[in-house]
Amino acid sequence: MAEIRVESLYKSFGDFTAVKDSNFVVENGEFFVMLGPSGCGKTTTLRMIAGLELPTSGRILLGGNDVTFKRAAERDIAFVFQLFALYPHMNVRKNIGFSLKCQGMPQREINRRVDEAARILRIEHILDKSVSGLSGGDRQRVALGRAIVRQPMCFLMDEPLGALDSEFRHLMCGELRGLHDRLKATTVYVTHDQVEAMSMADKIAVMNRGVIEQFGPPQEIYAKPASMFVADFIGSPPMNFLHFHAGLPRGAAEARLGDVVVQIPTLHEDVAPRDLALGVRPEHIAFDDNAPLRGSVYGSEYLGTTQIVTVNTPFGQIKARTKSTGEVKPGEKVGLRFASSRLSLFDKVTGRAVRSALHQGAAHG
Amino acid sequence: MSGASTAHSVVEPSAATKRIAAFLVILYAVITMVPLAWIFATAWKTPPDSIAYPPKVVFDPSLEGYCNLFTTRSRQTQDYIAELGPPQGTCDTVTRQREMVIVGPSNYVPRFINSLIIAFGSTFLAVSLGVFAAYAFSRFKIPLKDDLLFFILSTRMMPPIAVAIPIYLMYREVGLSDSALGMILLYTAVNVSLAVWLLKGFIDEIPREYEEAAMIDGYTRLQAFFKVVLPQAATGIAATSIFSLIFAWNEYAFAVLLTSGTAQTAPPFIPTIIGEGGMDWPAVGAGTTLFLIPVVVFTVLLRKHLLRGITFGAVRK
Repeated sequence: MAEIRVESLYKSFGDFTAVKDSNFVVENGEFFVMLGPSGCGKTTTLRMIAGLELPTSGRILLGGNDVTFKRAAERDIAFVFQLFALYPHMNVRKNIGFSLKCQGMPQREINRRVDEAARILRIEHILDKSVSGLSGGDRQRVALGRAIVRQPMCFLMDEPLGALDSEFRHLMCGELRGLHDRLKATTVYVTHDQVEAMSMADKIAVMNRGVIEQFGPPQEIYAKPASMFVADFIGSPPMNFLHFHAGLPRGAAEARLGDVVVQIPTLHEDVAPRDLALGVRPEHIAFDDNAPLRGSVYGSEYLGTTQIVTVNTPFGQIKARTKSTGEVKPGEKVGLRFASSRLSLFDKVTGRAVRSALHQGAAHG
Repeated sequence: MSGASTAHSVVEPSAATKRIAAFLVILYAVITMVPLAWIFATAWKTPPDSIAYPPKVVFDPSLEGYCNLFTTRSRQTQDYIAELGPPQGTCDTVTRQREMVIVGPSNYVPRFINSLIIAFGSTFLAVSLGVFAAYAFSRFKIPLKDDLLFFILSTRMMPPIAVAIPIYLMYREVGLSDSALGMILLYTAVNVSLAVWLLKGFIDEIPREYEEAAMIDGYTRLQAFFKVVLPQAATGIAATSIFSLIFAWNEYAFAVLLTSGTAQTAPPFIPTIIGEGGMDWPAVGAGTTLFLIPVVVFTVLLRKHLLRGITFGAVRK
């Protein structure tokens, strides 16, 4: 098991820059998730760590060794592919033992290790079956077996649950995290699914257009988004943005949206007059007829314990998550009150979050 | 149309449609089999029966064709034949009835062996070279890839006769005329373009993840190629081998121009079997029948792969 260190990593394909100045450290034993929309460079980064792509520049260190230009075979890593890539001409046992055979391990030892991996994954009963007849879940487990049998320095997984149906995906999420807790193996996991990322990760890197927008624990990513992209990508429904134009001095604790004054976390930097966006999570909005910010209800989605109410305001459409008890009708006028300490302020030009009291102290909220 | 709901159905065709299809397939099979059947039959006729008019469909089978195929004979007087000891074997008997004696083996067996060596040798070479080239074209960034692929294919665009004379002169110069090596190289050159194109299609369909998984499992690219890609490409390799072999086995134009003696293959040899007073059709029939066997056996052995192969990966995904 080892730490993974990525230093100013770049990767270009011709004119297209897939990964731009990537820097992060995955600590020993951590479950690290790279999250982002397709084409954001997360898989490319993973493939560079694996040695399947060579970086244009930058360094990759595995357990302190520079492996940037080493072959995949020399890196002692295991990779779980999205479509599993189980060798179709071998049975399950041979698939799992294939990497050990390469190391010239005696057959008896290979069998012992394969049996052990199969026991951990509870797939002993399919060891002698052909991989072509397996169900999606069993293929997934065989692919994991192939990874854990080598006891590698780290696991790299490229959307390993992407090929499974949603119900089963949820189950495998739990299994994967459970497996990680038992093996304590450094894991890099790539996905575009925020639920997978939030539920499994110790640390998340949110990527967009080749750039890591934010790196941190899931709670921090959710509560203190570093950019409008992160705020918009994480959360369902995502963070609401109220668009306004203002200049705010350092130390300001309220923002003026037209005639409406909204309390915000104390700013830690000056903001020259410009287009801004006030970010508010749907669950941080409450209906209050005395609140100065008013809007009219556009519609609502009933979700059981909660409902999502869409409200048109002078600063844009926003979605509020409220208890499903109080019924609201389209066209109804409502007042909106925000949980002031949880609000984010973004510079609309750069998309960056303005530093404020939100970013100080404990992450949780 | 039985009903609107099945207007575009992909369900079973009707019984009548199936019967018509079966009839057409059988008809086609019969039409293509008639010449072959005639050749098989001719091989078992006597020379007079083989040229009888009207043609004999019912006849007394005779081994004379096969005997004549494998032997050379000379005509002798009845007195001379009477002085000989008892005939040794069927062929001796048959030959003496025609007032001839066997003086030695014919060239059929060495020509047949030449065909085996040249056809299988060139097939092996063409497919081996082809699979490596196809892998490279499929997996790597190669400058001018499309032009190179077209260039490789263009070698098959002209008729053999257009290059026969230059090749004949070249081969005479470098000492390859009438040699098995020369023929193997020539057929390999012709077949390698087919092999590259066919195999590239098959290898394109093998996901790269298999090799990548193998490389991460600790194997080099070459090992991954042999352990993972080749087994996956078995279908394509089998199909390509059959097409290459059929070409090399049946090739006539180059063979007749470039070989005459030691390296002559069976196709130019068979039509030269001449008996007394014209072609020895039963011997030609026998030679052709035997000549079909290796390709038939090879194709039957690889049949399972071939059937999957010619549907071009429509099945596997």
